[in-house]
Amino acid sequence: MTVQQAPVALTAKDLTSDQEVRWCPGCGDYAIIKGVRNALAEIGTPREQTVFVSGIGCAARFPYYMATYGFHTIHGRAPAVATGLKLANPGLDVWVVTGDGDCLSIGGNHTLHVLRRNVDVNVMLFNNAIYGLTKGQYSPTSRVGTKSPSTPLGSIDNPVSATEFALGCGARFIARSVDTLQKHLPVVLKRAHAHKGASFVEIFQNCIVYNDGAFAHFTDRAIAADTQIFVEHGKPLLFGKDNDKGIRLNTSALKLEVVKLGENGVTEADILVHDEKNKILATMLAQMQPPAFPVALGVLYCDEGPEYMTAVYDQVEAAKTKKKAVPMNDLLHSGHTWRVGL
Amino acid sequence: MAAVTAEEPRQIDRREIESVVIRFAGDSGDGVQITGSQFTDTTALAGNDLATFPDFPAEIRAPTGTTFGVSAFQINFGARHIATSGDQPDVLVAFNPAALMVNLTDIQPGGLIILDSGTFGTRNLEKAGYTTNPLEDGTLDKFRTLKIDISKLTLEAVKEFGLTSKEGLRCKNFWTLGLVYWLYGRSRKSTTEWLQRRFASRPEIANANVAALNAGHAFAETAEMPGEISSYVVPPAALEPGIYRNVTGTDAMAWGLLAGTQLAGVKMAFCSYPITPASSLLHALANLKHYDVVTFQAEDEIAAVCSAIGASYGGALGITSSSGPGVALKGEAIGLAISTELPLIVVNAQRAGPSTGMPTKTEQSDLYQSVYGRNADAPLAVLAARSPADCFEVGIEAVRIATKYMTPVIVLTDGYIVNAAEPWRIPDMESYAPFPVAFRTDPEGFQPFLRDPETLSRPWVKPGTPGLEHRIGGIEKAYSSGHISYDAENHQKMTETRAGKIDGIAKDIPLQTVEEGTEGGALAVVGWGSTYGPISRAVSNMRAIGKDVSQVHLRHLWPLPRNLGELLGKFDRILVPEMNNGQLVNVLRAKYLLPAEGLNQISGKPFKIRTIEAAICEQLEK
Repeated sequence: MTVQQAPVALTAKDLTSDQEVRWCPGCGDYAIIKGVRNALAEIGTPREQTVFVSGIGCAARFPYYMATYGFHTIHGRAPAVATGLKLANPGLDVWVVTGDGDCLSIGGNHTLHVLRRNVDVNVMLFNNAIYGLTKGQYSPTSRVGTKSPSTPLGSIDNPVSATEFALGCGARFIARSVDTLQKHLPVVLKRAHAHKGASFVEIFQNCIVYNDGAFAHFTDRAIAADTQIFVEHGKPLLFGKDNDKGIRLNTSALKLEVVKLGENGVTEADILVHDEKNKILATMLAQMQPPAFPVALGVLYCDEGPEYMTAVYDQVEAAKTKKKAVPMNDLLHSGHTWRVGL
Repeated sequence: MAAVTAEEPRQIDRREIESVVIRFAGDSGDGVQITGSQFTDTTALAGNDLATFPDFPAEIRAPTGTTFGVSAFQINFGARHIATSGDQPDVLVAFNPAALMVNLTDIQPGGLIILDSGTFGTRNLEKAGYTTNPLEDGTLDKFRTLKIDISKLTLEAVKEFGLTSKEGLRCKNFWTLGLVYWLYGRSRKSTTEWLQRRFASRPEIANANVAALNAGHAFAETAEMPGEISSYVVPPAALEPGIYRNVTGTDAMAWGLLAGTQLAGVKMAFCSYPITPASSLLHALANLKHYDVVTFQAEDEIAAVCSAIGASYGGALGITSSSGPGVALKGEAIGLAISTELPLIVVNAQRAGPSTGMPTKTEQSDLYQSVYGRNADAPLAVLAARSPADCFEVGIEAVRIATKYMTPVIVLTDGYIVNAAEPWRIPDMESYAPFPVAFRTDPEGFQPFLRDPETLSRPWVKPGTPGLEHRIGGIEKAYSSGHISYDAENHQKMTETRAGKIDGIAKDIPLQTVEEGTEGGALAVVGWGSTYGPISRAVSNMRAIGKDVSQVHLRHLWPLPRNLGELLGKFDRILVPEMNNGQLVNVLRAKYLLPAEGLNQISGKPFKIRTIEAAICEQLEK
């Protein structure tokens, strides 16, 4: 296994390539790349040890703008390419950049398998609930009724919940943030990086051209305090402008409910405390949607398990102790051989 | 094992024959393939040259007694050079009526049929589609037959081992093998030892099978054989001196790829997805992990090739394998490897198609797919193995080209080559010149697409190398810097450069030679892949009777050898036998404007020698 180098001093500028950024002005991707660079500068992995792998879509241009190694591959296949890269060199820091179409439509199968294998890569899903690069068709995360060039009367298919899907795949690190949350995003990304195994981070990203305000119902500053909840391990699930609303488990109905401190005798003792190792809780948090609930942001689930490449290389080492790698000539002569005329 | 050493207690007058073709056939559960491979090992140890053809149904355990559940194994062995698994069996061993039904039409008139009469009950006859009993209705009149109740004799031979009746009947293939060993004066030693090893943890099964083997042998020795049944001797063949082993195409390919990566000094990452008949290569390499081989069973064909590409990007050699339908799924990703100029090997064990086609039947119909089958102008190198043993050389050559030219290489085998076995004179690895990969580490003047002026290949850089951080992708790249470029002239230049790089490989591969015959004349028979065996024998036979015909066989299908057009131009006529509806023939016609003609067989079976002989005669009479 490649030994990780010690952290080095890096700035966001050091991580910026010389390529002209080609996203639309006002695109949420600008904010995300800023957050990623800040996170990476704090992590301090040497630039040559970091690789960004992407598929196709607006988000997939990301690697070109990072002064690290980068591979812009084909639609939906970044998790598979990243898995192969880790097979060759498990010591690299590998980040997969993907969009909702790339990750959950054409590449859904690869997302499933990179997560359930628990390959040590960080998957960043830029979810803007639209196909941007192909000019505005609805995506697998668009809500029902989305009008787009391919659905002039509104989309009729149910959207997929990225985090619930990832949990179902067996992902062991699930987190959420928003493009504009410049303090929160790097914190989440650093947690994702620190997690050994596949990390899945859904970032709500605004497409200013084709789906502007798709997430405004919980990201608008005016209402955000009451429509978002930042979950933290070991802390009560409280939110609201005055931090007086909370999430309580209704044990008889086996569901979550929003309660207000001081109302109907509710005290902080009634509020659920976030346990990021609790998959059932993570699933319920992932399901929360406005207006009834706030959107859960932060690390919903983190519970480390056996990492894939460690097991791959453990098997290689075990095979070596069991069988000697004799020289090729000897291998070719192993088993039944016979001599003719010598 | 006293019984083994006490073999041949009396002298028998054996008829000496030059070569024999035997086909074993029965239910897929009858152990036909094991019987065949044991006979193959023993035959090789006796010094014969040989070729085999395992032919099994796609169904794993089809309903017993049905014709679609019949599995067969054919072996041609002799005292002379053996080129094919044989046109027509001289001997058929049929374990049940269905096996007789399916195979009888292929047997030489006067051939020997050995059958288990114990299985010819009403129920089995019905399942095989017989309305009357072929043992009684004259069906077998033109053959010599040995009707033996093998089932009953096997159960008697193994009764002391306390097996169930079902387990006991499973030994009947070894009883029969014992009988066939006697017919050809073969030693039971190798098979006995194999059984002891194979069933080391269940000695009662090993002993029962050995007892069945010995009982079949003793039966043949002591029974009064009908007058027309002779015993034979097939003397050793005059093979080139050396140390030999049997090898299947799968094993030879696994070893060739391993040897290639060792000569290149790179790690192998083998990423694949199960598909018939390619999966055995994944199995073979999964057993070579102690050689630092990493194997990965991906979630689908696309993930298999993409992970191989990711591995190559990471500085290992990514190799994937599949069969035609799977390679179709890999097409887009192969284009990515072409565009990003990363090494990649795609091994295609071809099968009959299109679509699912006939997965266990052989064909060579993916030549177009290999050479042309991608979107846009997407050239790569294509190689084809001619025989099981040839897979070793082709595997090494594929690694050499992929790493030296930073390109995907498609390697074509087929269902016949991967499963068939032949004796192989084991090469000496010292005779292969290494071709070490030089990963770029120097940041001075580095640009990711700056090319070697000789090979036109770009530098291979391992992520993790300081100072060489760069980005690549499937978008068109500026000529040297690799930055995104939509410039019109640059795209023309890049497209021509990618083609020029592949064309240039022709300077680095051997000139095409004539396998047998002369460099010019009335007729050249041009082939590729597993048609090598039947073509070579047909050309030899025709030359022996004075026909002006020569054989040219291609390993490099793209780029083609640089002298091929000139060489073929020296012949009046060109015949291209292929197990497809005409692919190489059209490539040659398009490339060289030559009047090549096809001989096309799309039956899922290898060519018969006489089919090619007839086509040669027809061409020479035109």
